[in-house]
Formats: sequence, structure tokens, C-alpha cells
Amino acid sequence: MNSQIDAQGRISAAPVPFGHFKNVHQSFKRSGQGPLVAIENITFDLKVGHLVTLLGPSGCGKTTFLKIVGGLIPASRGTIQINGRDVVEPHPDFGVVFQQANLMPWRTILDNVLFPMEILHRSDAAAAQRAKELLALVGLEGFEQSYPSQLSGGMQQRVALCRALVHKPKLLLMDEPFGALDELTRMEMQDLLLDIRAKTGATVMFVTHSISEAVYISDIVAVFSKRPAVIADYIAVDLPYPRSAEIRYSPEFTELEHRAGRALGITR
Amino acid sequence: MTFRDVRNGIYPLVGIAVILLIWQFYTQYFAINRIVLPSPMDILWASLANWDVLLWESWPTFLESVLGFALAVAIGIPFAVCVANSRVLNLTLYPILIATQSIPKVAVAPIILVWFGLGMQSKLVIAFLVAFFPIVVDTAAGMRATPAGLLELARSLRASPLQVFLKVQFPAALPFIFAGSKVAVTLAVIGAVIGEFIGSMSGLGNLLLTANSQLDSPLAWAALVWLSALGILLFAAVVIAERIVMPWSEAGHH
Repeated sequence: MNSQIDAQGRISAAPVPFGHFKNVHQSFKRSGQGPLVAIENITFDLKVGHLVTLLGPSGCGKTTFLKIVGGLIPASRGTIQINGRDVVEPHPDFGVVFQQANLMPWRTILDNVLFPMEILHRSDAAAAQRAKELLALVGLEGFEQSYPSQLSGGMQQRVALCRALVHKPKLLLMDEPFGALDELTRMEMQDLLLDIRAKTGATVMFVTHSISEAVYISDIVAVFSKRPAVIADYIAVDLPYPRSAEIRYSPEFTELEHRAGRALGITR
Repeated sequence: MTFRDVRNGIYPLVGIAVILLIWQFYTQYFAINRIVLPSPMDILWASLANWDVLLWESWPTFLESVLGFALAVAIGIPFAVCVANSRVLNLTLYPILIATQSIPKVAVAPIILVWFGLGMQSKLVIAFLVAFFPIVVDTAAGMRATPAGLLELARSLRASPLQVFLKVQFPAALPFIFAGSKVAVTLAVIGAVIGEFIGSMSGLGNLLLTANSQLDSPLAWAALVWLSALGILLFAAVVIAERIVMPWSEAGHH
């Protein structure tokens, strides 16, 4: 599927390669035993503007793979290229959202969002303006001067999303960002993510172990097998944009969920 | 001061009032000799009659405690930062620190007096010695307790070690540093009094000893009350500093 997401979130023509992962292998040394192979062999390409989810069972190595792509841990073997460059360390072109919001309790919401800009020495009036716009985009207008302890878990995760986007990253890496949220908040956040992706045009790599979440938000679902991880299936999701809750009950949606379930070995 | 602060402040006041009433009743009803145990009213009168002496003698004790505490903060925090961030320094210095801490300060006080004399410096040094340990231990614990998620976030942005320390590690350790400081500031007062007991010419501890030797128990007790007031005052000062430095901990929860 060669395509790009336009401003309305629809898929248009013009293929642009962005990420290239080939024969990625990861193993950890263990004392007294042989090495633990977390990732056996992962190969796929990532296109500009695509939202790809890494779907797999707990402990299958999908988070490890995400961290390898983000340059947070080195791969044992294999090629990891983003934008034509080998990834050897974290890069300001990446924005990361973790499972926990990881906000700093001593900073106001606005200052939390501006944290990456401070680290990159780009914190100025324009940055503050962008941070405010992002907060407004996720529905947190008026909370700029609040502290994280005054916000709910879902609101905190929205702040974390703004923080990951404030320095205009080309690639957004999300590690089960909605995993700690309740079901309703989670569905809200999925719509928010699709909305933001349409508005910013960011390419997103998203780790989850929820089949319906993966199918709902993705252009591509890369299904990881149990450890040692290989790609069990690579599913192009052709559901139309903008996506809304009704789509979850369509036969196409169910069929895609079914296919992912088969790849995971849950259904036949 | 919020309404909640005022309301919560009433409970200890009521508790103290009840204890004082029982105490007053006990000493009067059983006609206890005031040399053995003066009544709260005796102590109050002694306080009022000698307020100028008490105030005069509070000053050196106050200075010794505050300067000893300030010195412990000024040396203890950088020391803890170094120990927490360097494996070599940690292995080299931490066992020595623990070992010296196990030496009773009362036992060291006479030696300190020989070195620093009968004046204020010796008390300041003893106050410093007792306040140093809790500040170092708590600050070091705070330095190591930085949430892993925040460190990973900083790393994902390629923050420099200095940025990580200034923007993540140190602010995250502040609650620990203040917890240690609260313990340290009350210990500093105790340290100053230990010094005054061993040998001095002024201070509330000196006044207490003198009054005691003259069997003026009400004045000795009055000095004790002023000492505890001094401790509470310094503790409150640290709490206020904490609220100013860490406004977020005061921010209400959702």
C-alpha cells in the first residue's frame, strides 16, 4: 500500500519511504544460560505519514523493537534506517510517548510540554505558542498553569502526547500509551491520536496488545509472534478515514480483527 | 495559611491544653515540691519574670543551630550529589560516613571543645555534625530515586548529564532533601545544646544547667520550653521554605 495521509486524514497517492528495518535481531546475555533471543528477525518498511502498530502478546519484544527504532537500545544485528540514516542513538526527529505519562510533578503543564524544547535549546516565545496550541488541540486549554497532580490519568497522557509533538518530530514512537487508561478514555484517546496525526502529518509507530485498538487506528498492523519475535502477519488496514466508533461494528473491522487474532494464534 | 491549616492546628493545641491542665492539677493537688516538678503556672511565671534573660540566652543557641544547619546543607547536599553519582566515591566515602555516624556526638563534644574553644564555633561544629548525616542520607536517596521513566525521556532527547542533573534529578530529589532538612534542623538544636552542656558561657543550654545547679527548677523548665519553641520555630521555617520552593506539592489533587 503506497500512500500518504492528507490533511483530512485521507490516504492519497505518492509513496514516500521513511523507515527501513531489515533482519533486525536482538538477544540479551543471561548468566548461566544461553542468550535470550527477544527478536528473531524483523523486516518491514515504514511509509511517511503511516500509522503502524506493533501488535503482539506481552513480553514478545515489540517494546524492545520500538526502543531499537528510537535509538534507546542498540540492536544486536540488522539494519535500522529512518529517513535514510542508520539509527544509532536517539534523535530529535523522534518524539516518544511511554505507557506512563512521566510528567514532572514540579513543572506546570505548559512547562512539561516545553521540556523537550528546553533540552534542545529552542525554548522561546514561538515554542510556548506552539505548546499552547497543542494543549488546545487535545482539549486542555486553561490547564497551562496547573500541575500534573491536578489532572486525571487521561489528561496527563494528553499532556505527554503534546510534549512528544512540541519539537515537531517526524516520527512519533508510542509504547502502549493508552494501556493504563480505562476503556472509554482509551477510545477517546484513539480518536484524538487520529485527529492529531491528520493535523500534523507525523508518522507513527504504536505498540499495543489490544487487537481492536490496533485495527482501529492503523494503516498497517505488524503482528509480532511470541518470543523470539518474527512478523506473524502484516495487515494493511483499508478502513476509510475519518474513522469513528461505528466502524468498530462493521463486518470489515471484524474480519480484520479476526485476521489479527489468527496471526496471534488466538482464533483459527 | 488556609482554613484547613488553621483547623488542623487546633488539634495539637487542644492536646497540649489537656496535658497542661492535668499537670497543673497534679502538682497542686498532691502539693509536689516545685524543685522536683514545677507546675505549668510556675514555669509560666518564671518565663515572664526572666523573659529578658531567656531572650538574651536564646540568641547564641539560635545562631549556633541555624549556622550549623546551614553549613550542613551547604556541604551535605553537594557531598550527597557526588556520592550518589560516583560509584568510586560512594564505595570510598559512604562506609566512613556510616562509621562516623555511629560515634555518639556527646562523646566527641569534649574533643570538639578542645579544638574550637568555649565560644560559639564549637557548638556550631557539633550542630553541623549532627545535622550533616540526615541531609546526606536523604539527599543521596533522592538522587537515586529519580523515576526511570523521566531518565528515559531525557535520554530520548539526548539531554546532557548537566541537563539531566539540573532539570530532572535535582528537582525530583527535592522532597527527599526537605525531609532530611526537617530532621536535621531539630537535631541541630540538640547539637548546639550538647555543646553548651559540655562547656560554654552562654546559651539556653548553659542557662538550663546554671538554673538546675541553683535548684531553680521553674527557670530550668522555662529554658526547656524556650528550647523546644526554638526547635519548633526552626522546623516551621523549613516547612515554609519547602512550600515556597515546591509549590506543586501544595497543589490540590484531582
